[in-house]
Parts: sequence; structure tokens; C-alpha cells
Amino acid sequence: MEKFEKVHGVAAPMPLINIDTDMIIPKVHLKTIKRSGLGVVLFDEMRYHDDGQENEEFVLNKPAYRQTEILVAGDNFGCGSSREHAPWAIKDFGIKVVISTSFADIFFNNCFKNGILPIVVEEEHHAILMDDAHKGENARMTVHLEDQKITTSDGVEIEFDIDPHRKHCLLNGLDDIGLTMEKDHHIDKFEDHANQARPWV
Amino acid sequence: MSPKTLYDKIWDAHVAHEADDGTCLLYIDRHLVHEVTSPQAFEGLRMAGRKVRAPEKTIAVPDHNVPTTPDRVNGIENPESRIQVEALDKNAKDFGIHYYPVNDVRQGIVHIVGPEQGWTLPGMTVVCGDSHTATHGAFGALAHGIGTSEVEHVLATQTLIQKKSKNMKVEITGKLQPGVTAKDITLAVIGETGTAGGTGYVIEYCGEAIRDLSMEGRMTVCNMAIEGGARAGLIAPDETTFEYVKGRPHAPKGAQWEAAMDWWKTLYTDEGAHYDKVITLRGEDIAPVVTWGTSPEDVLPITASVPHPEDFEGGKVDAARRSIEYMGLEAGQKLSDVEIDTVFIGSCTNGRIEDLRAAAEILKGKKIKDGMRAMVVPGSGLVRAQAEEEGLADIFKEAGFEWRLAGCSMCLAMNPDQLQPGERCAATSNRNFEGRQGRGGRTHLLSPAMAAAAALTGRLTDVRELM
Repeated sequence: MEKFEKVHGVAAPMPLINIDTDMIIPKVHLKTIKRSGLGVVLFDEMRYHDDGQENEEFVLNKPAYRQTEILVAGDNFGCGSSREHAPWAIKDFGIKVVISTSFADIFFNNCFKNGILPIVVEEEHHAILMDDAHKGENARMTVHLEDQKITTSDGVEIEFDIDPHRKHCLLNGLDDIGLTMEKDHHIDKFEDHANQARPWV
Repeated sequence: MSPKTLYDKIWDAHVAHEADDGTCLLYIDRHLVHEVTSPQAFEGLRMAGRKVRAPEKTIAVPDHNVPTTPDRVNGIENPESRIQVEALDKNAKDFGIHYYPVNDVRQGIVHIVGPEQGWTLPGMTVVCGDSHTATHGAFGALAHGIGTSEVEHVLATQTLIQKKSKNMKVEITGKLQPGVTAKDITLAVIGETGTAGGTGYVIEYCGEAIRDLSMEGRMTVCNMAIEGGARAGLIAPDETTFEYVKGRPHAPKGAQWEAAMDWWKTLYTDEGAHYDKVITLRGEDIAPVVTWGTSPEDVLPITASVPHPEDFEGGKVDAARRSIEYMGLEAGQKLSDVEIDTVFIGSCTNGRIEDLRAAAEILKGKKIKDGMRAMVVPGSGLVRAQAEEEGLADIFKEAGFEWRLAGCSMCLAMNPDQLQPGERCAATSNRNFEGRQGRGGRTHLLSPAMAAAAALTGRLTDVRELM
């Protein structure tokens, strides 16, 4: 996985709450057996009209937001299905950071597996970042993972929390499976014990 | 020793390693796999030259994509769906995992097949690349959905990297009123907590009304724990659970059964154990409910009216306005006046035998409204066979329902069963999101009995009027 250090880029506002994974990527695009190429169908039903033409009203279709790298979204972002196609599409579009007041659990986990940084902020900070995102392409936000800090286009600094293990993995681009396999002996030991204690499993 | 919750006990029994910061490797007892969220995971294993660590604990079944019309025995027409199902066929074979192919009578929705075959047992950890894995919590198993990267992680290591969630208790006291079902309980709870109310928690459902439920009903309740944002939902196992499990193909037998029972009987929350959050609802206060909007939290008793967006606060005002517009409703309109054109009975929420019985009870000897499109999609081939044996299939067919083969079908509309733009469906499934059942389609979630009532009258209907 690519290392995640710092993002300095356009932030787009999506204040709608409860943006679900069906909105992020509808099921018609889940039939792929690959991970790549889903950026073009990100937010498909909001982004395109029934005839396939772009909906000019949709934020990511506006000239100012076509190069969005940071999404500032409403509460409970990513609720619904476990489909990892949602972060795959977000990543493929070029978005590297999603900021909200809360995320659905599975989506949140899926982001880290794909080098996307989901950031939870307090409502009051969320409002500041949402305002900044509304300013458009000349207003660029900076997200600094090492320092756990977001800087708005006019220099307001907002700190955020992140699980230390997840931060370490993102910063170093580490693959979870490789890390876990280094602990194979612990898993072997657990299995021996569990086979004794619960042989019916 | 300090008192533990049911969740604490199952968690503690599965920690294979704990790092200083509390990050754990949680051992997984059962890994269920379906065709949509697994191909990239198996591909990842191949590319890294890795094997499935515990193929004997891994069970695969195609369900999301499969057509439910009888002609599916001749193969799947949609090329992309076919490729996904064929990929699962191949992956199951190459990696030596248990498999129920499309035309096996045991095929069905993964969350119905697991319990039916006795793969799901009390005290287990169960995962699947599907959010409705929460269903298995009905057995007192810690069960939750995972993404494809985690599917690959479990295939390779039989563990998940996890941090423990907080404990939440949802107690439903007393008795349910006639016409009120497990589906109404679970929707009413989400109406109370909101779809993010459970985020960061594992819910334990308890109380008399939960104890009184069958295993089918308990599965319906736990199934939608994810819709309340919780990582998982749990119900402590009891005689109802043991009775259901006993004799299933993969349930323990003989001395193993006795040993298992000794442990299973310890799987309850100790007196005085700490919950971080407690919600209590009175069973008597729960009415048959329906959803009016595009989030499962948009739930009201059938006797209520579509709310006004101004009734809400914060971001919900705009969300409600958008929902009402998308749903083609008017604020203040009575829910029982909302006309529907499609009825879907099925899904991992309500595709079990008891659900079909409840719907058939309402439909017996009657005809659905003219022009109504109504379908029953049993949750598994075995549910279907049992319903045929009990005469339920005949009731559905005589009433005017299509009697389909097993699969996820119109719950997520990945197969040909979809709504057209503007069509309005009374559905026993679990999500009413925009476009969930087909682009532009409108979904009202409700119980199987309520869905049957709507099929008869052509509008959302209080089932108690037909009982």
C-alpha cells in the first residue's frame, strides 16, 4: 500500500447526512471482480442523470471540485452495506481523506485498508471545515497525518484523533495480512487451546 | 472476577493476541463467503501465494446475484453475474472450502443457510463480507460484516484485527400486541436510536418480548442491528436456541453436544455487568410500523402520517425533505393512504419459514389487488421446500404471488428482480435507501404480515384490520 503522509488539496462539501454505500456506489457496479476503475461511477445516481449525462448540480461535477481530494461529509457517512467497492471508488476518484462527525463502522475500517484516511471531528470543527470546503478550488485544505492536524485555507488548525496502530500502518503503507502473519505462532497457540476447549467448533 | 456481559465473554474466548494498545487478533470460528465481496480477496491470496488457513471453517454460497426464476437451472444469463458466480465455484474448489452451488437445494441467502445447516452455533465468532452477518447474533454468536480486505485477512489468517466495542443493552419488556412482530421490534428500536445510535457498540437484546421470540424472530431482530449502526447484535442462547440447533447437519453430536451445552449455558450476561448504554422499550407500546423515508430510522406506526421536515432538527431537516421528495409523498399524508404497486417478501431479514407462514396466514383464501406485482423469494431452497410441504406455496400462488427460487433478489436488486423508477414497493427487506431496489424505486420496509396486507389492499395497511 502507498504511504500516506500529507494531503494538500481541494475539499468538497457534502452536508447530507446518512450518505449510504448504495449512494456511494450502487449495486449495478458491484459485479466487477476487480478493485480498480470504479472512480467514474462514484456517487453514480447523484452524479449522472438517467440518460447518463452529468448532473451539473452535483458537487463533484462543478469545475471547482473536479480535483477533489478531501470530502467533508454529513453525519453517519458510509452507512449500509459492507461493500469495499465504496472506498475503492472513492480512492479511484482521487479522494484520500473523508471528514465527518461520524462514520459507519464497516466503511470506516474499509477506508484504512485502502489508504484512505477517515477523520472524525466535533460538530463545531465540522462546521468550520464545511464552510471552508464551500469556498471552492482556490481554497485548499491540508491534512497532516503525522501531526494529526487539518489546516483550513485561511490557516485555522484543527487537531484530530486516530488509533495509533492505524496511523502507523497508513504512514508506512503496511499490509495488515503481512503483519498478522508475523504473529502466526500466537494464532497456532490459540488454535491448539481452542481445539481442546471447544472441539465442536 | 468482575461480572461480564455476554459480549465480553465471547470476546475474551477469542482473543488470540492483544497488543499493548488494545489492538487484538480476534480468532474467527466461521467465515461465510458469497460471490460479490470475495473475488478480489481470493485474487489477493493467489497473487501473494497464500492459502486459506482454515478451509474447514469457511463456507461459501452464491446468493446476491443469482436469478430467482425457475429457468436459472439453465445458467445465469447476465454475463457479469455469471462470471462472479463462476468465480466463486472455482475459488471454492481451488481453496477446498465448503460450498453450496446455485442448484443445490441447500443454496440460499448466506445468513439463512449458515444457521439452517448448523454452521452457526452459540458462542462463536462469525464473519462474512456482508453487513447483515449480524443475523447470526441471534444464537449468541458474535457476528458482523467485514469488507473485502478483511475477507482476505480472515481467509489467510483466520483472524481479524479488532478493537473491542462498547456494550449496549436494548431491553424489550413485556408482551407484544397481536399483529406486532420481530420486524416491528427491530424497526422500532432503530426509530428510537437512529441509524448512528449504535455506532461503536455491540447490542445485546434482552427482555421478555425477546425471550418469547422464536429463533426466526430473533434472527430478524439481530439482522437489523447493523441498520442501527451497531457492530453486532446478540441474544443470549437459551432452550429455544438449543432446540433449534440440535440435530442440524453441522451441529455437534453425542458427547460433543454435551460438552458444547456445558459452555453454551454459561453464555449470558452476569448480574451487575456494565453496559455503556441502555435502551428500554415496552413491548406493549410497539405498533406495526412502516418506513416513510430513505433511511431505516424513518419509521412510524402505520396509524401515523408522513412527518413534516420542520419537525426534525439539524441535518435531518434537509434529509427528511429530500426523502419525502424522493419517495413521492406529501408531509401530513396518512401512511395508510399510500398506494403501492409491488410487494416483496423475502431477504435475510424475513425470508425464513415463520415469515412465510405469517404472510400466508393473512393471504389465505384471498387475492392480491389487481395489477399488483407480488413475489415471495424464500431465503433458502430448504425453506422453499418446507413451505411447499406445508401448503404455503399454494396459498401464495392462489393469491397471485410469484413463487420464486432462493436468493437475495429484490432486497438489493443485483439480479433481474428490480423496481422501475417511481415504482413503490412494500418490502420485508432491510434497507429503504434511494435506489436500493432499483434506480428511482421507492421502498417501504415492514413485516411479512404487513406486506401481505398491503398486497391485498394495494396500499400500506394496518394488518390488525385484517386479522
